[in-house]
Amino acid sequence: MLTENTEIDSSSAPSGEVAETPEQKLSMSRRNFMKHSAIVAGAATAAACSTEELEKFTQKRLRELSQPELQALIKRMEADYKKKFKKDVDVRATPAAEGVKFGYALDLSRCVGCRRCVHACVKENNQSRPTPEGPHNNPIQWIKVLEMEKDKGIDLTEANAYYNPEEVPREGHFYMPVQCQQCENPPCVKVCPVQATWKEPDGIVVIDYEWCIGCRYCMVACPYGARRFNWAEPNLPADQVNTNTHILGNRPRPKGVVEKCTFCIQRTRAGRYPACVEICPVGARKFGNLLDPKSEIRAVLESKRVFILKEDLNTQPKFFYFFGI
Amino acid sequence: MAAAESPKKFFSLRFDPLLRAFLMAPLAIALVGSCQSAPAGKAAIDLPDPVHSGPVKLPPAQLGLPPDPIHGQKEETKGFPVPKPPLSKEYWPCSDCHNESQPPNRTRRELKDDHTNIKLHHDEANRWCLDCHDAENRDALHLASGVTITFDESYRLCGQCHGTQYRDWKSGIHGKRTGMWNGEKQYLLCVHCHNPHSPHFKPLKPEAPPVRPQSIR
Repeated sequence: MLTENTEIDSSSAPSGEVAETPEQKLSMSRRNFMKHSAIVAGAATAAACSTEELEKFTQKRLRELSQPELQALIKRMEADYKKKFKKDVDVRATPAAEGVKFGYALDLSRCVGCRRCVHACVKENNQSRPTPEGPHNNPIQWIKVLEMEKDKGIDLTEANAYYNPEEVPREGHFYMPVQCQQCENPPCVKVCPVQATWKEPDGIVVIDYEWCIGCRYCMVACPYGARRFNWAEPNLPADQVNTNTHILGNRPRPKGVVEKCTFCIQRTRAGRYPACVEICPVGARKFGNLLDPKSEIRAVLESKRVFILKEDLNTQPKFFYFFGI
Repeated sequence: MAAAESPKKFFSLRFDPLLRAFLMAPLAIALVGSCQSAPAGKAAIDLPDPVHSGPVKLPPAQLGLPPDPIHGQKEETKGFPVPKPPLSKEYWPCSDCHNESQPPNRTRRELKDDHTNIKLHHDEANRWCLDCHDAENRDALHLASGVTITFDESYRLCGQCHGTQYRDWKSGIHGKRTGMWNGEKQYLLCVHCHNPHSPHFKPLKPEAPPVRPQSIR
């Protein structure tokens, strides 16, 4: 075989120069073909794409939008949601108010671990629900309640988030809900390669879902495990959509982006308490403006011994834990 | 996991007055706490309410102390915006039955004819119905001083014994508030969460646990 090949090679060698011309021709035509096809394909795509899709493709990041651009984007989003859920979804872009820095406190001596906050949060913030037919698609919960033993104290390595007894609190246990700590020095923001997540002037760390590329660096960087990823198309039944939404918060998310607690930005920027604060049956959750000396959060900070999670990492959370008794 | 240093540091940078207030808090708390003890039982004479009245509580300025950091300078005693007290329609108003036809029986006894559903587990060795419910005005409560109060103000009654909780409730630490964080809010009454006849918090059934990652598809 080898000899045959060499024979062929050697036989073709003399006519090498002659054979180059068609090859050259071929390469020329390939180049031309590529050139032409690229133009044609581009034109075809442009023709096939509606202007809407083109707009989406060339969409700037949220932070760079001017007011009219933002309003146009919101209109487009609302139209998309209307098409998808067959109902009017109100998307707002309320900016942070002057002189406001949100803070949160949680009384560990009151929390009974009932998970009312977890499920109120899911409903309020349009998180992906478990699919009704058996195995779960990709249910998302922003709050995780950890059960720990009183004897051992706060030990995150031994904490159990999957407890399911008949009644809570269980004897000898206490509960520690963990959610986004809204750090003043957020590691998740530092690692984002596309700056799709940032800290707002009122202290809330938010995500631009349009700009997130789903690399999940932020999830790795977060020391609190507070971020969640939409591995699948979120399962959000139309009848369960909360239509009061914020562009940086609870508006329905696409597949492939990261999401997390935003202190219910759609509620708190409108002056209301977060959903978890209002649902808590034991009043363990406190929320308010850190810059307002009369707020409840300031009363907690001034009169209780508060602590923060993983203080040594210098993330400076605005989420404080305390023992009220 | 003791008291955190970082929030203190964090705030000391921005809120120097806050840090000062923080350090002074124990003094002020001690001052308020000393004014909030009340004996059980009904006083014979109409004394001023020991929990709230001015004469008992010395104004901080006179003692050379800074203003109370939790309450501010003025301690409000009433008029907190509260939702409707959870009074059962079946029994309210009390005066429907407890009127002239039923003169009050002040003898301490076990109730056998009515209200049998109420099992008192609230310092039952030392108190009974008429220590809190007023015998003359059946649709009202009374404080240890004898001052009658409406059910809307029941926190004053609870605060007679539970001073620290009352203090925390007024500053928003104990209990729950709903509404606007920067505006109109409602302060849930003690009795919205605690059954006054059996105040210990009842266990709850927890909602569904999260799905373990391995069962997510």
